[in-house]
Amino acid sequence: MDFSLTEEQTMLADSVSRFISNDYDFELRMKIAESEDNFSAELWKTYAELGWTAVPFSEEDGGLGGGPVEMMLMMEQFGRGLVVEPYLANIILAGGVLRRAGSEEQKAKWLAEIIEGNLQASLAFSEPQARFDIADIATTATADGDDFILSGQKSFVLNGGSADLIIIPARSSGAQSDTDGITLFAIPADSAGISRKCYKTVDAHAAAEIALSDVWVPATSIIGDVGAGHAILQAVIDDATFAVCAEAIGIMRAMHEKTVEYSKSRVQFGVPISSFQALQHRMVDSLMACEQSQSLMLWAVLLGSEGSPEARKAISALKYQIGTAGKRVGQEAVQIHGGMGVTWELDIAHYFKRLSAIDILFGNADFHLDRFVDFASP
Amino acid sequence: MHISFTKDELEFQEESRRFLEEKFPEDIQRKQDSGAVLSKEDYVRWQKILFEQGWAAINWPTEYGGTGWSPIQKYIFANEMARANAPDMIPFGVKMVAPIIYTFGSEEQKARFLPDILESNVWWCQGYSEPGAGSDLASLKMRADRDGDSYVLNGTKTWTTLGHMADWIFCLVRTSSDVARRQEGISFILVDMATPGVTVRPIITIEGEREVNEIHFEDVRVPVGNLVGEEGKGWTYGKLLLQHERTNIAGVAHSQVKLARIRKKAAESIRGGQPLLQDRNFARKAAVVEIELKALEYTELRTLAAVAVGNAPGPESSILKIRGSEIQQQLDDLAMEVAGYYALPYVPDQYVLDFPEAERVGHGGDTNTSLRYFNNRKASIYGGSNEIQKNIIAKHVLGL
Repeated sequence: MDFSLTEEQTMLADSVSRFISNDYDFELRMKIAESEDNFSAELWKTYAELGWTAVPFSEEDGGLGGGPVEMMLMMEQFGRGLVVEPYLANIILAGGVLRRAGSEEQKAKWLAEIIEGNLQASLAFSEPQARFDIADIATTATADGDDFILSGQKSFVLNGGSADLIIIPARSSGAQSDTDGITLFAIPADSAGISRKCYKTVDAHAAAEIALSDVWVPATSIIGDVGAGHAILQAVIDDATFAVCAEAIGIMRAMHEKTVEYSKSRVQFGVPISSFQALQHRMVDSLMACEQSQSLMLWAVLLGSEGSPEARKAISALKYQIGTAGKRVGQEAVQIHGGMGVTWELDIAHYFKRLSAIDILFGNADFHLDRFVDFASP
Repeated sequence: MHISFTKDELEFQEESRRFLEEKFPEDIQRKQDSGAVLSKEDYVRWQKILFEQGWAAINWPTEYGGTGWSPIQKYIFANEMARANAPDMIPFGVKMVAPIIYTFGSEEQKARFLPDILESNVWWCQGYSEPGAGSDLASLKMRADRDGDSYVLNGTKTWTTLGHMADWIFCLVRTSSDVARRQEGISFILVDMATPGVTVRPIITIEGEREVNEIHFEDVRVPVGNLVGEEGKGWTYGKLLLQHERTNIAGVAHSQVKLARIRKKAAESIRGGQPLLQDRNFARKAAVVEIELKALEYTELRTLAAVAVGNAPGPESSILKIRGSEIQQQLDDLAMEVAGYYALPYVPDQYVLDFPEAERVGHGGDTNTSLRYFNNRKASIYGGSNEIQKNIIAKHVLGL
């Protein structure tokens, strides 16, 4: 058993951490988040130049061959910096589908461009009626010779507005919630029959509702085998779930540390509020919540690195923990900051919103506790 | 980063398992499994077996007869002990007083006391708390007044676990009141319980057992040679020790075994026509504890990993005590829930070895669950209550 990082891993963590400290302050982040695109195209190019967009991909695919440890290290820092650039949508979601199931041509055409930072991509993993069930897909894929015609509604497509390429899971056979019969299609966002309603989210990211009306797609856009998309989707969503948990831990740590500092400087009744035991114990509870979350992440990352069949169970445990402990840490941080905690001006509020969004993303604490129970019982 | 054990560690695990299978006495095991209370003789017999194996003093340096194990080996052994349901070493001698003796004691004290602790020839108990000094331990009043070559002890110690079985007691006593900080007037002294003037009175705890005691000292004369280290430094010694001991206090392995037992029992109990374990509400409660326990396991491993590279476990080890005790108590609660009505019969007499099954009320340890639940409310109170642990973290980790 060994928790130490390799030299390369330490370098990666340092590189992201340095960038966040030196080049991505809160003011800049807010400016980017308020811009029309919701992210900085210029910085996205920088991420590509620094190699960050290549991290989870194999060397054959032009990547750096990183695994769960690398993802954890980067996402923690992204959390700390409240990074709004669409790393999750491009690299982990869309990139995750392509690296797992893309053909050589598809990878050359799209994945290479994603890694270069030239192509914006999305994975439409949700539908309005589906809640957190990724198998609940009403969007139809009707065969037209070797090609398909897609119709349906996709909801909350992260980066959906900026995406040049959208990966659409659609039902080519089976009933609405069957795991069999889901096919993945990679479609240019400007295809005829696609309409997008774009919006910002409360946590300063961007998403879109996407309607598909008789969208014709050629057989060459099918990723993986027809009807066999669910396993790919599941694996990618698990990766993404883990990634946002790591991001959440970065946020929780930042909120906790900022709260402790704030309590030492805020004077009421003639003394720093940090001297009040009622607040001290709550900050200790937050610290313990951070530590326990970090520990579960370590469990998940170690199982993930070994490709253990228990890794999915660990991710659900972690997501449950992040949902519950994150809520506690976030709410306490806002409370202890007092009125300032609920102002737009302070970073605490924006950390809190992102943390709250992460609880919902890919299934909330309740959903993952249920999934954990189902893994646990034989 | 990797999760698996090395080949050497796996071999050690195998060796531990084999030792426990071969050497852990069958009658003590049956007592443990049936919830019977162990006698002093049971503990001593088992601890002597551990001594014979060279495994009595896991935390000691090898020069005094310790194992010299790595933190991971200690972790493995603790897990195997819990799996076998073998009782841990009674901590007062080997884990609590011995490290103070070998760290701060004289050569003479080491030679005199350590071998008997190692061999379980002498049973120790702890004299810290007093009726007026609980969480505020530094307010302790028991006096040790110098008189020639002796100290004369007067005062009362309380909550003395298994003090009625003990031969010796280590005490924090006040040797001076004329100090700037009251902590500075406290000294660490060793007392033979057979000395005239020592009286042990039972305290019956909530579940009806005698586990703790109140110990009175009336003009008890103790040779000055029984003072450990310097006069007035006892507080520092005690505090340092506490930090080292807190890594072991989480009880992760025991809680894991307990959770597995609760799940097994819940799979056999029926509620509404289906096993209780299938009941969504129950299953979710059990899952929450399982997740928290897994987190704690890794928090402990992280602490061990820090120790392994030479960092002392810091005050953050308080987290282990807080979460460890909370989880133990959640498990006690779950176990009682599984027992249903059979948590209620108060029949402690049936927890003896080979109690006839036909006469037993309830199944297995059902009626014991409530007693354990009540008794173990102590877990968040002893060793510095969880609120005190939070004060420690607030001060020393968060700098508040």
